[in-house]
Amino acid sequence: MAFLELQNVSKCYGIGVKRVEVLHDLNLKIAEGEFVAIVGYSGAGKTTLMSLIAGLQRPDTGSVTLRGEEVKEPSPDRAIVFQNYSLLPWLSVYENIALAVDTIFPDWPQAKRRAHIEKFIAMVNLTPAREKKPRELSGGMRQRVSVARALAMNPRILLLDEPLSALDALTRATLQDEIERIWESDRKTVVLITNDVDEGILLADRIIPLSAGPRATLGPEVKVDIERPRNRKELNHDPRFKAIRKEVISYLLGTGSRAKSSLTRKLILPDIEPEDLNIPRSMTGWRNTPIRKGEMKEESVEVKS
Amino acid sequence: MSDYVELSNLSKIYETPKGSAIIVKDFNLRIKKGEFVTLIGHSGCGKSTVLSMLAGLNDVTDGVIILAGKELVGPGPDRGIVFQSPCLLPWLTAFQNVMLGVEQVFFTASRAERREIAEYYLAVVGLGDSMHKRAKELSQGMRQRVGIARAFALKPKMLLLDEPFGMLDALTRIELQQVLLEVWGRTQLTALMVTHDVDEAIFLSDRVVMMTNGPAAEVGDVLNVTFPRPRNRTALLEDSEYYRCREHLITFLEERAHHKQTAKLSAN
Repeated sequence: MAFLELQNVSKCYGIGVKRVEVLHDLNLKIAEGEFVAIVGYSGAGKTTLMSLIAGLQRPDTGSVTLRGEEVKEPSPDRAIVFQNYSLLPWLSVYENIALAVDTIFPDWPQAKRRAHIEKFIAMVNLTPAREKKPRELSGGMRQRVSVARALAMNPRILLLDEPLSALDALTRATLQDEIERIWESDRKTVVLITNDVDEGILLADRIIPLSAGPRATLGPEVKVDIERPRNRKELNHDPRFKAIRKEVISYLLGTGSRAKSSLTRKLILPDIEPEDLNIPRSMTGWRNTPIRKGEMKEESVEVKS
Repeated sequence: MSDYVELSNLSKIYETPKGSAIIVKDFNLRIKKGEFVTLIGHSGCGKSTVLSMLAGLNDVTDGVIILAGKELVGPGPDRGIVFQSPCLLPWLTAFQNVMLGVEQVFFTASRAERREIAEYYLAVVGLGDSMHKRAKELSQGMRQRVGIARAFALKPKMLLLDEPFGMLDALTRIELQQVLLEVWGRTQLTALMVTHDVDEAIFLSDRVVMMTNGPAAEVGDVLNVTFPRPRNRTALLEDSEYYRCREHLITFLEERAHHKQTAKLSAN
């Protein structure tokens, strides 16, 4: 039995004629301890899919099950890391994480809870910043707090919803390495949602493309059988990297891409030249039609020096 | 063919209370007519400064810019610009946004002809069905398509692109690079693009100019990209030459871009 399973999941938004099917007939099985990346366009319904797995929303048809039990509501079993961090601005790094830990493990003795929180702050290398408020932190540091908070809940499954999309390329690379390192150490089941194919190849065991919406659906999976730890620079030369990259990108740009609008109207491009706006209009006033390309003349003037 | 665009000994120096801050010093670049050139470098290396001086949006401290045999002074519609964020007027439709410039430079043309120009370019960038939607109703990717159509519709002598796809997600970026290449292929406008995306630089350009880190940035290295056009991304991704180009650029950005700086520091 699969650890996490989606069966014939569909989700619609809107009512009446405006009703749009966002996700259409998704089927997905994830094994325990697996790292799966779902790659798709923005607006395809990736976040909706994440909310369905998290239990923040219910599918219109089909079911989401975790260890055979249907997902009906959010639970600390499934921790989410949001793209916008979602930290409480008036609480420090420590307090933000403590909020989650105190809620989920209320019967732990205080010392155990504190040690637990400190452990996760250290895991994301934020110990020197433990008393800082989110506004005093950079985007990358905030996202680390968010990752630490999610992991501190000891979830069965970690849901990463475009966690690095808001960060610049360099910070993104650092955090990718950090996610890889943390995942190596405790091998949680992870579902990563991203629009970056390279990020998926770097981190995941399996990549599943989500076609463009509306009626987005999951495409054929691609296994990433590249041994870990993966090095970004070495990957560039790896033929397996090229093959996977090509397969995912061509699916997303081909069959899985947005519907192309085909236009049958005949288009005309007038063959006229723009006017030079530096010449005062009073001087071009004698000519009230544009110059056509065929009418252009090359003139050369000889100047004696 | 002679050079169409010439940047000679271009410098940009800001006077500050602590002395002069040299952003760009003695920058030289020649672009042939119909050539697509990309400037690549780290953030803050001055590549956007070069572009905005060429656009006439930033004063030149020293040096000369020549476009089609004339020295450039100030901005003008003979250079079409695609900005990082498309800078559309949100209350106008896509069509009206494009018409804004078209009405200026084609003021002698008939109303029907001006319409045809705007409709042509909007259709070519894939907005045939949604050109009468307001800019604020369009997605980020569609807005950037309007930005591309607006630049081409002016029929400029040259196209300037300042990290045109920097704000888009990875997949939309790929889509729009294709769109840009298609429109560009129809007109073969001389183009200068600034980016820090290695794949984008290789896919679009004839020549990639690598800039060293600022301050006082200069040309560090030049890579000629010889893939035949029209280019196909899938075919390119299989070509080992593509990966050679990619490595060349990545290695420069990771290692050589800093060399000049460290050399300077040790000299002090």
